Amino acid sequence: MNRLASTPAGEPVIDVDDLGRRFGDLDAVRGVTFQVGQGEVFGFLGPNGAGKTTTITMLCTLLRPTSGTASIAGLDTVSQERAVRRSIGLVFQQPTLDEALTAEQNLRFHAYAYGLEADVRERQIRRLLTMVELWKRRADDVRSFSGGMRRRLEIARGLLHEPRVLFLDEPSVGLDPQTRRRIWEYLDELRATDGLTIFLTTHYMDEAENCDRIAVIDHGQIVALDTPERLKGAMSGDLITIVSPSPTAAADQVRVRHGLDPTIVDDSVTFQVPNGEDFLPGFIRTFQLPLHSISVRRPTLDDVFLELTGHAIREEASSDGRPKKSSRWRGR
Amino acid sequence: MIEVYRGAWVVAYREVLRFVRDRSRVAASIIFPLLFLAIFGAGFTNIVGVMTGGIDLIQFMYPGLIAMAVVTGALAAGISVATDREDGFLREILVAPLSRTGIILGKSVGAAAVGLTQTVLLLAVGPLLGVDLSFSVIIRLVPIAVILSLAVSGLGILISSYVRSQHGVQMMIQLLVFPLVFLAGVFFPVDSVPVWMEILSKANPVTYGVDAIRQVMLGSDLASAGLGVTVFGHTMAITEEVLVVGALGSILFAAAAWKFTRTE
Repeated sequence: MNRLASTPAGEPVIDVDDLGRRFGDLDAVRGVTFQVGQGEVFGFLGPNGAGKTTTITMLCTLLRPTSGTASIAGLDTVSQERAVRRSIGLVFQQPTLDEALTAEQNLRFHAYAYGLEADVRERQIRRLLTMVELWKRRADDVRSFSGGMRRRLEIARGLLHEPRVLFLDEPSVGLDPQTRRRIWEYLDELRATDGLTIFLTTHYMDEAENCDRIAVIDHGQIVALDTPERLKGAMSGDLITIVSPSPTAAADQVRVRHGLDPTIVDDSVTFQVPNGEDFLPGFIRTFQLPLHSISVRRPTLDDVFLELTGHAIREEASSDGRPKKSSRWRGR
Repeated sequence: MIEVYRGAWVVAYREVLRFVRDRSRVAASIIFPLLFLAIFGAGFTNIVGVMTGGIDLIQFMYPGLIAMAVVTGALAAGISVATDREDGFLREILVAPLSRTGIILGKSVGAAAVGLTQTVLLLAVGPLLGVDLSFSVIIRLVPIAVILSLAVSGLGILISSYVRSQHGVQMMIQLLVFPLVFLAGVFFPVDSVPVWMEILSKANPVTYGVDAIRQVMLGSDLASAGLGVTVFGHTMAITEEVLVVGALGSILFAAAAWKFTRTE
């Protein structure tokens, strides 16, 4: 993979160079290279199994890379793992709280484990529990907490030792929209006040929109890296989706008659035109196959992902397991 | 080094905290000695009566049952590791700047601390069974119980690195408790059982822990009554037995720490 998009201004807080991880015959992560600057929100966007969690696990020192290097705040994730652990906070996809203890006891354990001074510990526990609106529930067992409360507590815990970087692995999975919004409010606040750097993985497009920059990852490789706006902007014009009982024939017709490059997902065929409103009347008049519906819309990150990888982000990887096309993006 | 120390105390602190907060576990550890007292106090003595050397069966078995409580509690360190793995909390521990060896040590120390509470409770019912307990006996007994606990917890943690699920570890440990306890001279003197049993018992490190505790409580002239442990014609003294348990424990613990560091 060649050089992708801009590098952040100033010293990178996360510096990843040609990172790879092999499990037997499987290349879970292949030659991943990127930098994240101070105070940046950086997202890894890709379907399940794309290598997001493997990458995050390597950055957190819990898994050794089989090739390449990664450093956090100038510290190498392999040779200086303890120092790295001290400078990162983590919120895992799976809950990692002790349900048998209270919210406060969970935080206190964390503070002891990271060797915080007593005054810092008490100040941080109070500040963060207040921020995530759990101060009043601090003496309650985590067992009695809802999913959203638990995630908020985990975020508070991840920030307790004042890390340089907060890693969030799929922070929104299983949360209601209201909780998601609240969590992003906390994170934005911390970014503004503390210059916190955030690295997150997600397969939700709307969450990726919160990022300053996104790396689109598929089959263990970064296929594009840019701001959400520029990724979307690179898709010229409007997207037209037709739903047809014979999608293959419909796609052929679009290709032959209009010289366009359609993508088929299930029974819908999607293609890009410079101006949808002007294009549609003529298209419908000449189209010779049955049609269920037609829609015109502006591109979203979902479309970007589809365009880059040849498959939708939510569907399982196709059996041949290869991205169908991404050549158009390589030159950027 | 500081990370080993911090790892050990943080993890041990949580083990104790979890124990204290779990009412059913606290209740069970209080009920166990009472149950024990009721059953053994009421029934056993009348049936079997006095053994050789003027020691009655209950006095013989009592130290063994203390060792049994210690062993069962120590093996639970392995269950605790597997539970943390399943609940996800192990990741929180692993990603903290703590040494892996320290984490393992914390699990062992935590199990020993919890086991010690049970030991103390069992000791408290001792006088009611006619077991003579002086302060000096208790002072010498506690370190032996702790060493035995640390040694056996190494085994429990080692198991949890191979059998990874909580359920699996629980099954394995139940399977192990049986031979470890029954072939340790808790219920019968190992010098006067069939040869095959004698060999297995003397290869079992718990035997030496049981006998050390017994010697502390009942005096060192047990051997002359045929109730001690003789290895190749040599009667084991308390110090030797503690050394055997300590040495085996160190090996088990080193293996557990090595395996845990490698796999996690």
